[in-house]
Amino acid sequence: MTGSGPVDIGAPSLVLAAAMIALAAALSAWQELGLTRTIVIGGLRATLQLLIVAQLLQWIFLSNRAYVVLATLLVMVLVAGFTAVGRIKEARARRRIVALISTVSILLGSGATLAYVDLCIIPISPWYDARYLIPLFGMIVANAMNAAALAAERLRSEIVAQEAEIEARLALGASSAQACASAVRKALAAAMIPAVNALTVVGIVSLPGMMTGQILAGADPTLAVRYQIIVVFMLTCASALTATLLVFWYRRQFFTDAEQLRYLGTSGP
Amino acid sequence: MNQKRADKADGDARAGIAFALDRVGHSRGGVAVLSDLSLAIRRCKMTAVIGPSGSGKTSLLRLLNRLEDPVSGSIALFDRDLRAYPVRELRRRVAFVFQSPVMFEGSIADNLLAASRLRKANDTPKTSELDLLLESVDIDPSIKERDARGLSGGEKQRVALARALASRPEVLLLDEPTAALDVESAEHLMTMLARLRTTQRLTMVMVTHRLGEALAVGDDLVLLEGGSIVEAGSVDEMRHAPRAARTRQFMQSAHEASP
Repeated sequence: MTGSGPVDIGAPSLVLAAAMIALAAALSAWQELGLTRTIVIGGLRATLQLLIVAQLLQWIFLSNRAYVVLATLLVMVLVAGFTAVGRIKEARARRRIVALISTVSILLGSGATLAYVDLCIIPISPWYDARYLIPLFGMIVANAMNAAALAAERLRSEIVAQEAEIEARLALGASSAQACASAVRKALAAAMIPAVNALTVVGIVSLPGMMTGQILAGADPTLAVRYQIIVVFMLTCASALTATLLVFWYRRQFFTDAEQLRYLGTSGP
Repeated sequence: MNQKRADKADGDARAGIAFALDRVGHSRGGVAVLSDLSLAIRRCKMTAVIGPSGSGKTSLLRLLNRLEDPVSGSIALFDRDLRAYPVRELRRRVAFVFQSPVMFEGSIADNLLAASRLRKANDTPKTSELDLLLESVDIDPSIKERDARGLSGGEKQRVALARALASRPEVLLLDEPTAALDVESAEHLMTMLARLRTTQRLTMVMVTHRLGEALAVGDDLVLLEGGSIVEAGSVDEMRHAPRAARTRQFMQSAHEASP
């Protein structure tokens, strides 16, 4: 093992790393993007979060109990669920239900994917081994969150943009599902695109984080690649499941039981 | 005996009414748009709803096939509460033509078949029926395979009208059908509506801000202002013997604006 483990990173290296984000902040200030504050705070936040996570992971790995692992996974889902729809332009009264839809969709989409990988594909023992479940679920949830965010935002913007067409269909006797079918399709496609693109370019344009990490840590590249194949498939599956659940549930929020398109103004009820 | 006769007369009178609105109030996005509206709309007649913009004309129309439900009051169609009809069935019987025509993807024929396809019904209109429909809106049936989205505004509006008629509705709601059209197309459409009015047993309700159109094709007139009815009655009454001073004023100003 001598010489094959990762090179140690000391505090001076981290300070030098901060120069990279400072550059991005400087660009924002120069071009008045209004993002300087967000970048600086984001950088600090990322550092802090990761340092805390390191401590937490250490503790979780040591305790390695099923309930601790599952509780950790649940917290990840909750944060992802609220983050996914945090920027959506919804009326205040509906924000809560949208956050619920997003969280439950991510929970089911990611949970089902992880369960399949854990129980059927990678023989992990015990089944709740934190060293596998937490990093795997982290990747799954991050992807599911992006899929949920894209799907929700696209569905909403398509329905707003197609308001006239949707009402024209309703007026001809269409059900609300029929009336917004094209918006649903576009939202699902938009949510799937990142995962599908990743499938196409993996290994050529991008060397994914997990594979890179394993190789850096000294693993055999062929094993790292086999893991990576599972990972890209798993991420595509999680995106598809989450986006589908979200879109078909969220869609109902735009219509009443009498096949009426709800008033879409952001100040509305 | 007398009582019987009175009941029958009452029934006949009711049979002549398509929509009966009772103290209807409505708001949209928290803003009141209609208040305390009571109105009877006669069957097989053309009722024109006029009034300045923002007076609630379109809101009124949207209530009649339940694109929206009123916040208060009730609406009946043929003596039965609107909400008692299955809503998709109601919308087949009460067709709606929007202010800006929306063409669905596909050909003109696809657009005419949209309603029956949506219902997955077996009553798909035959080619000969499509041709008749297109002729009734002055569109040459030979172009029915053309892309509907490539048509001119006037043609789109006439296809939208044919599309609405394709489900053989009993009521036709028209929301400022000429507003998005040039003068020539607008006149063409009005001529067709006048023709439809005499050839089909249709109840029509047309919202317009052009008094000329309302007087030309309307049997009855409803003048709305600020979400309330100023006056409602037959075109002749409203033209020659308006009860409300505001009606007189509106008739005059509208006449001066469009001689």
